[in-house]
Amino acid sequence: MQQRTVYLDNNATTPLHPEVIKTLTEAMENYGNPSSLHQYGRHSRTEIEKARERIAHFIGAEPEEIIFVGSGSEANNTVLSSLTCQPVGHCEVGCQSSASIVTTNIEHPCILESAKCLKDRGMTVDFVKVDRDGKVDLEEYRSMLTPNTGLVSIMMANNETGTIQDIKLLARIAHENGSLFHTDSVQAVGKIPVNVKELDVDFLSLSAHKIYGPKGIGVLYVKKGVAFCPLIRGGHQEGGRRAGTENTTGIIGLGKAIEMRELEMASEAKHLLELKQLLKEGFSANIPDIEFVGHQEDCLPGTLNVSFSGAEGESILLYLDLEGIFVSTGSACASGSLDPSHVLLAMGLEAESAHGSIRISMGRDTTREDVEYVIEKMENVISRIRSMSTVYHGRN
Amino acid sequence: MADQGGWIYSDTVKDHFMNPRNILRDEKGFKYDGKGKTGNIKCGDEMIVFISVDKEKNQIKDCKWQTYGCASAIASTSAMSEMVKGMDLDVAYKVSPKDIVKELGGLPDSKIHCSVLGDKALRMAIDSYYTQNGMAEKVTTKEALIICECMEVTDHEIEEAVLEGARSFYELQEITKISTGCGECRQDATMLLQEYTNKHFGECSI
Repeated sequence: MQQRTVYLDNNATTPLHPEVIKTLTEAMENYGNPSSLHQYGRHSRTEIEKARERIAHFIGAEPEEIIFVGSGSEANNTVLSSLTCQPVGHCEVGCQSSASIVTTNIEHPCILESAKCLKDRGMTVDFVKVDRDGKVDLEEYRSMLTPNTGLVSIMMANNETGTIQDIKLLARIAHENGSLFHTDSVQAVGKIPVNVKELDVDFLSLSAHKIYGPKGIGVLYVKKGVAFCPLIRGGHQEGGRRAGTENTTGIIGLGKAIEMRELEMASEAKHLLELKQLLKEGFSANIPDIEFVGHQEDCLPGTLNVSFSGAEGESILLYLDLEGIFVSTGSACASGSLDPSHVLLAMGLEAESAHGSIRISMGRDTTREDVEYVIEKMENVISRIRSMSTVYHGRN
Repeated sequence: MADQGGWIYSDTVKDHFMNPRNILRDEKGFKYDGKGKTGNIKCGDEMIVFISVDKEKNQIKDCKWQTYGCASAIASTSAMSEMVKGMDLDVAYKVSPKDIVKELGGLPDSKIHCSVLGDKALRMAIDSYYTQNGMAEKVTTKEALIICECMEVTDHEIEEAVLEGARSFYELQEITKISTGCGECRQDATMLLQEYTNKHFGECSI
């Protein structure tokens, strides 16, 4: 008998939407270089521009504000690295070289590592702390902004906890200080409504594979008129802002994924919120000594981070894996590093809670039966681990 | 999906993880002669080893344990508990992480440093047996100074590791797992490594 599998790691990546697979399959026939002037090339160009318009419309941007890049990480790296641009030579952009950056200590590593790299190069970088719910500390944020702050970069929704920041407010505060504002929205776009005009952000990053699109394609939104310096040079593609022959197939796939998001996002969010409620009730009723991590209201609909006292995350993950349930953990042991999740520690969780945390990220395929199966198996797995634990011994 | 993908652990590890042997679920139900605890929740692994001793033969009669930790922590403690049953105390005292890893059919490199702690807990259990049974002179690490809180590595062990051939910090970690937890002792450990290398060999490569 084939084992039942329940994929609950949609914040890591998502399966392709069936409609996206169809579109991709057709698009792969279409090999013309969009820069070519002949029919094949023009056809690719048309498809790319259609996708660009659709994405722009979805996030409330203008098509010329959309730059296709290779990933969310590339989008984020591009924004931060543009700050090192020097006002020399023929680069008309270099206006930020003396600037400092403010970001948070719960960002994705592609922001944190880039920020640390800038720091090593002599730039001032400040990391705002978050509270126990994972929300940015507004008081500290305000105090860190100085006349030198060229850029603020704060993620919209956290990948580990799902906690959503008040980007509109954070961007306004940055602008009042004269700073540009970037938001890494890789986990947010396509899951919750995002409108760049309404939020008034200058840069925004998104990625296709988190929303049932293909891997290897992302978008950097750059507000019209905002200084921007390319990371990858040497081609006229994307208006000279991102060199390299376009990933035509990926772009078309992302366009389709966004089209499907327009149709499905709202109803899916409602469905996932119901399932999350079921999970929380099921866990709470059956398993003592647990903690739901992160802000429980301002949270991505499909993300639930839960910490089990006395049980270590990698063990939980692997026992669940044996049951066909696929999740992720903030435990150090699973990450190959020695420290548990930087996000959970930044929120002030004790190391034990961080080691015992599991992230469940549901998606469009998740069903009520899946959730019931998970509740049933989780209870067994946790009591099994606790029964051999030094910490929990005698408590259950 | 057709292919489940290789498990990151060997079949033996998987077996011990799925069916751990000799867990002590009820401390009151097991009459033990020695108990040792090592590791630290903060670092992600903690274990307690309990032994009962055949006092005539000076052998470990039974070995039970509790572990908070990842799959390889669970599996390595389980495997060790099987290994040492019936073993002479003198022999059991010298069981090393390397012996346990061998028993398990190997572990990923990143796991050896942080998850194989059972031998330390076992040594402490034997120490506690010795102390309680008038053989305190056999306790070799009693006066040692703990340098690494997370992994409970002492200065004596650093010296031993140097005598075994450790010259670089990495080699020291290979042998002792020192500073693989919070990392705070790294500087102290590096200084001691240098000190003992100088003491015994008059040289230091770091």
